[in-house]
Amino acid sequence: MAAVDTTTGRPGAPAASGDAPARGPRRAAGPPSLRAGRLRLALSKHWYAWTLVAPVVIVIAVLVGYPLVEGIYLSTTNANDQNTEKQIGQFLHIPATYKSVGLGNYTDILFGANSTFWARLGFTVSWTVACVGVSFLIGLALAIMLNRRVRFRAFYRTLLILPWAVPAFVSTFSWRFIMNHDRGFLNHALQALGLPAVDWLNDPTMAQVSVIIVNIWLSFPFVMVAVLGGLQSIPAELYEAAEMDGATAWQKFWYITLPALRPVSSTVILLSTIWTFNMFPVIFLLTNGGPGDSTQLLVTYAYNEAFTGMRQFGESSAWGVIILLILVVFAVFYRRSLRKQGEVW
Amino acid sequence: MAQNDTARKDAVQGRKRSPGASVALHAGLIAASVVSAFPVLWIFLTSLKPAGHETSSKFVDHPTFAAYGDLLSHTEFLTWFGNSVLIAGCTTLVGCFLAATTGYAVSRFRFPGMRPVMWTLLITQMFPVAILIVPLYQLLAKLQLLNQPIGLILTYLTIAVPFSAWTMKGYFDTIPTEIDEAGRIDGLNPFGTFWRLILPLARPGLAVTAFYNFITAWGEVAYATQFMTGTDKMTLSAGMQTFVNQYSENWSMMSTASVLIAIPAAIVFLLVQRHLVAGQTAGSVK
Repeated sequence: MAAVDTTTGRPGAPAASGDAPARGPRRAAGPPSLRAGRLRLALSKHWYAWTLVAPVVIVIAVLVGYPLVEGIYLSTTNANDQNTEKQIGQFLHIPATYKSVGLGNYTDILFGANSTFWARLGFTVSWTVACVGVSFLIGLALAIMLNRRVRFRAFYRTLLILPWAVPAFVSTFSWRFIMNHDRGFLNHALQALGLPAVDWLNDPTMAQVSVIIVNIWLSFPFVMVAVLGGLQSIPAELYEAAEMDGATAWQKFWYITLPALRPVSSTVILLSTIWTFNMFPVIFLLTNGGPGDSTQLLVTYAYNEAFTGMRQFGESSAWGVIILLILVVFAVFYRRSLRKQGEVW
Repeated sequence: MAQNDTARKDAVQGRKRSPGASVALHAGLIAASVVSAFPVLWIFLTSLKPAGHETSSKFVDHPTFAAYGDLLSHTEFLTWFGNSVLIAGCTTLVGCFLAATTGYAVSRFRFPGMRPVMWTLLITQMFPVAILIVPLYQLLAKLQLLNQPIGLILTYLTIAVPFSAWTMKGYFDTIPTEIDEAGRIDGLNPFGTFWRLILPLARPGLAVTAFYNFITAWGEVAYATQFMTGTDKMTLSAGMQTFVNQYSENWSMMSTASVLIAIPAAIVFLLVQRHLVAGQTAGSVK
């Protein structure tokens, strides 16, 4: 039901305006019977499409839409663990006592005296650029290698997808063992080679490098699989024709392979950027943001704000809104630049 | 068709590969495979090392399965494992169904509200856990769904379904609409066409969707940690964190648990990996 109400309410929907020229101004004021008639017409024409999408629309509206609105509201309050509504046992009900602070949370975060926002944003951006950039290049290179006719291809592919198949919280434990300062495999190996041990997870700068390495390890298989699919959909005729014309391997790569991969790569880069920017488990389990706050991303910082220490729900929500705005702005600009280059996305 | 194309392209490219290039190709693939498999192998090897040897840097050191026995008999691991199976299984089943119906609707029908639906699905991807988790926590508390599997299943559906629906839409777009028309001419209603004709054809796409849904639910940490608090209600990802506090020095316990957690994911993965490339293509191109 909710789906029907929200969808028919939209002006300018193609089906409603298709057979009704110059009916625009009367639409809102039209007699109820006419409106009901149009609704019935739209229903009879689109009922199966609406029925198919209704469950998802309802679930998203209740579990994403409502919390989003509520979250935006909370971000303008001083809500925390102490002053929110509580139900203790069956009878004791404590009403909420938090109050509005306007945009106070936002100004605190952005311009407050001891604001950590800009440092966290700086690391989050470098983390995203490094992770997406490097894992894209590695994924692309491996996909091109796997697309060759090569013996043991299925075997290589299985091993290379492993980091994606194993749950992230399991592999981050493994990396914690491997990167352990005194007893980890990496430092044992370095020492066996006569090199000094590296403090992978406890030195602020090194920890930043380490979490990026682990996340690249986790995310290149997704790129590889997507690009491999893209490579296999390039018609062989293109390469044959290029060969007739005497193109070199590099020219074939630059003028055929890369342009043909554009649609796949633009989607992959957009999705990986969003996912990496919001990446939670790697940081949470590998370093929990430490040492200090050096590996804290915007999203893990906001999470800790809400669930450790003082449990500042309001401020945490404000962080969340800021993160969302950054991503929306990014997506809009990304899409616009794609469109300028002639992508129909 | 696609297979044939690849074979021809390989023939074109493979013809003039020198032995040197072959060696370089294999060397590159082997190096990458070692790096990608090593952490997984290492945690398995660690799980076989007995107490006192678990931090040894030897690959095999007095191998034993003792830690597995300890883990299964002295901890709540099996309870958490059951909870995770239930939650991930339900998420996968319901998620595949919802993604398929939604994907089919936006792939086949032009209907009012279609563009907003697609945009919503895309934008939902961008929501950071931080903005939703507190209100969602309060909402689930109000609906008495905290500490209930169903609460976590619903939450995971909101994470997994949007992306899956896009993947399925991309896959349905590659199935010719003539098949739908043929079905309708033969007297099938729209749901019959979808259920009996199109869905069986979309099996590779469904396999990828199932994999994605399962992995999402099996490995999620942030929501699981906050929403499931009773020890007997926890999923593996939440339960493992109590291990970290209790047994942070006990590497064999943690690695053993890790191996047992990775096995179901690996099984699901092996079942669908044949389809992974084909299904993923369709999803990401469109």
